[in-house]
This record gives sequence, C-alpha cells and structure tokens, in this order.
Amino acid sequence: MIPLGPDRAMTAVLDRPLAVAPEVSVRPEPFGALLYHFGTRRLSVLKDPRLLSVIEALSDAPTARAACAAAGVTEGALASFEDALQRLVAGGMLQERGL
Amino acid sequence: MKAALPLAEHFEAGLSAPICLTWELTYACNLACRHCLSSSGRRDPGELSTGEAKAVIDELAQMQVFYVNVGGGEPTIRADFWEIVDYAVARRVGVKFSTNGSRINPDSAHRIAASDYLDVQISLDGATAAVNDDVRGAGSFATAVAALERLAAAGVDGFKLSVVCTRRNLGQLDDFKALADRYGAQLRLTRLRPAGRGAEVWDELRPTAEQQRDLYLWLLDHGEQVLTGDSFFHLGGYGEALPGLNLCGAGRVVCLIDPVGDVYACPFAIHESFLAGNVRAPGGFTAVWRESALFQSLREPQAAGACSSCSAFDVCRGGCMAAKFFTGLPLAGPDPECVKGHGQAALAGVEAGSIPRPSPDHSRVRFSRRRPDRWCDEGPLAGAGVAVSAR
Ligand code: SF4
Ligand code: SF4
Repeated sequence: MIPLGPDRAMTAVLDRPLAVAPEVSVRPEPFGALLYHFGTRRLSVLKDPRLLSVIEALSDAPTARAACAAAGVTEGALASFEDALQRLVAGGMLQERGL
Repeated sequence: MKAALPLAEHFEAGLSAPICLTWELTYACNLACRHCLSSSGRRDPGELSTGEAKAVIDELAQMQVFYVNVGGGEPTIRADFWEIVDYAVARRVGVKFSTNGSRINPDSAHRIAASDYLDVQISLDGATAAVNDDVRGAGSFATAVAALERLAAAGVDGFKLSVVCTRRNLGQLDDFKALADRYGAQLRLTRLRPAGRGAEVWDELRPTAEQQRDLYLWLLDHGEQVLTGDSFFHLGGYGEALPGLNLCGAGRVVCLIDPVGDVYACPFAIHESFLAGNVRAPGGFTAVWRESALFQSLREPQAAGACSSCSAFDVCRGGCMAAKFFTGLPLAGPDPECVKGHGQAALAGVEAGSIPRPSPDHSRVRFSRRRPDRWCDEGPLAGAGVAVSAR
C-alpha cells in the first residue's frame, strides 16, 4: 500500500471537480452558511462567507482550485480552504462531479 | 464535534430561519395516558386546515428550514397527515415525526425506509416494561417494541429511540443503548423539563444530583453515539462541554408552531410570555420569525445574573430558559438543576403559588394541556449532529 501523504490528499481535493451533494441543502447566513445533509442528518456550519462563495462557484469551475480562485481566495489562504473542503468531502457534503 | 463558543454567539444572535422547528399538528390522540389531564381526545376546532398547513410548508421551504419535528398528540391521527408529509418532502423540508408506535404499520414503515427526508422517533421511558409502563401506561412498552421491530424489518435505518431521562430510568442507560443497537436505531436522550406535562411530574421524576453526575460521565463516554440536542449543556458545569448544541436556541435556532398556528420560542416554552405571533397573521411565519419583538429581544445579549461570575458560564450559559421560567426562577440566573447547587438554593426562595402555569389562554386551555407526549418530547435540535467547519 502506498501511504497517502497529506500533500497528496490536499492536492487531490483541489484538483477535482466538486459539487454540493444532491441530498445537501445550503443556506446562507450572515456568518457564512449552514449545510444540512438529509441522508446523514448532519449539520455543518461554515463560519466564513468566502467558503460559501467557493461552494457556490464549484459547479461552474473545472476544479475546486479554480472555484477558490473565482471566489477570490488568495494563494496564502488556500491551505485552510483545502482543509475545509477536504472535511466537507469526507462528511459527504461535497462530492466529485459526475459521481 | 463540539461547537466552539464563537459559534454559539453567532447562533445566539439568531439565524435567518430556524434550523428545525417543532410543529404540533394536533393535540388529538388515540391513547389515554395516565398523566393526561383531560379525557378528551378531540382535535381543536381551530386547527390549521390542510391548505393552511401547506402554506406554512411553502414558507418553510422558501426559508430553507431543514426539517420539522412533527409531534403533538398522535400526529398520524390527522386524516391529512401523509398528504402534509408528502407535500413537505416534495419541497425538501424534512419531516421527523414522533409517534407512540401504535399506528406504525408495514406500509408506513416502508414509506419511511424509502425516503431520506422522513425520519421517525419512538418514545420509551424505561428499558423494561416495568419501568416504562409505570409512566406511559400498561402495554405501552410492548407497543413501542413492536414498532421498533416493524421499522427494523422494513429496513429503516437510524430511526430514533427517544428517552426522557428520569430518576426511574437513569440506571438503564446501557440497556437503552443496547435496545437501540439491537434494532439499528439511534438513541436520543433528552432532559425532563418542568414544562407542559413535565411540570406535574418534575419534582418526582427529575434526576438526583448524583444521577446528573453519572449521566454527565456516561455522556462523556458515549456522547458521540447518542443524540442529545440542547438537553444537557447545563451539565457542562461539571467541567467539560458535552457533544451537542451547547446553547439555548429558543427563538434563535428553533421554535414551535402549535395546532392553531401560534408560534412560541421553543416547544418547552408554551406560555404567553413566549408567544411570538401566529402563522395566520399577515406576513405569515416568516414575519414572526424575522420581526416579532419577542424573538428580536431573545437575540439580544441576555443578562446572566448570578451566573455571570460562575466559572462554568462559558459552557453552561445559565442553562434552560424554560426550566427556569416554569420553576419560578428568574431567567437571569441559574438553572433549577445547576450542577453547582445554586438552582436548588434559588428554588427554596420561590413562593408557592407564584409559579407560572403553562398556557394561560383559557379558550384553549383544555386543548393546550392535553398533550400526551409533551413531557416526553425531545429537545428541539435533538436530531441534528452538528459539525463545525473551521471556516
Ligand atoms: S428547551 Fe430550554 S434550552 Fe432548549 S431552547 Fe427551550 S428554553 Fe432553550
Ligand atoms: S451558576 Fe449558572 S452558569 Fe454556573 S453552573 Fe450554575 S447554572 Fe450554570
């Protein structure tokens, strides 16, 4: 087994085309957004309005990285957005497009 | 995952819409539980019609309310129950309904199994017939277990087994967990609040101080596997914040709609002091949620009174507003079940006769007090696991 290093995992999520999962409802809030997954019945809180912009940009962007760029995420801030996107993928809130 | 404090502050300032709300479709019921104050099982003639209920759902869909907890008497008694449910689900408003289990048949079980948007909860007050039936009536344990079996047989996964923690059943936590696991259900533990029917049994059934401590320790061990909603954040006063929603969401995150469309701050705060408006008024539910003076004031920073100097205030936040109100305690100050014992001291100072009664509206009191499942109800957010994203 080839261990997946953190670098590779992060690169993977940013270079994938992502979308909000069909069972998920995204609701904008002043502090960011609330995401609710009807399948897992879990709620996620996004505490940064820019992350909402990224999520809204996902479906029109070829990759998550492009969505971040479209939402004005700077290079320096990218790592923390990667983390957040990774967590949302792991929780089933976001998924790869075409799946 | 634990909700960090800044999040609690965002939530306390109020959301654009509730995350979920409790909707009591009817107070009518097919059972006659021992603690029920009225012999009437009739519906309130002023109940929202099918059309009015659908109009409320249109608003909830528009506001993106994620789901409604449907309860009341026995909601499946309404002839239009499934019509209302289907209408909500088609608009992506999830429905979780509480039932005593007597009307769960293979048909409804399959229906529930087929939809992500439908969830059901069966209530038990004891992990054995002896403990349960003493409170909920002879045969009710068998009825509930038969419903669990039917749901499991239909392939429903992760439905809820809901337990109100009382002095009688707190020794059975592991048994409840085993029972839930056996049927693939998820255990939900909630707090007995001195509201509605809980007011009559609160003194007799509320946990002892020692039981509260044991419950806290049990939740530290098992908290990620059980749902508790906003039930036990006051136990955070023992040291650590527990998993769950650690704040009072009344009028900020949750609310209640009663059968005639009155909107209250929370399902445990049914009293005119917490009545925000009615969905039939111009502007509907949306205007009540966004503009009512009561909800606006609940979203302001609240005075903490004696709690403000408490070392546990960051996690406990003074506890449950409804519990204080219905035991006659000031809202700015400790919860009656304050783990540091301040509530007990405060209760001693409450004059007999000064305790507010639920629902003083006499035109409806007959119906409002007839709520067979009221004190067995769950915390308003008990269905939502909350994960917090750093961003
Ligand atoms: S049950 Fe208590 S803590 Fe929960 S929302 Fe109602 S008043 Fe607040
Ligand atoms: S004094 Fe208030 S904040 Fe402190 S533990 Fe008691 S109820 Fe909670």
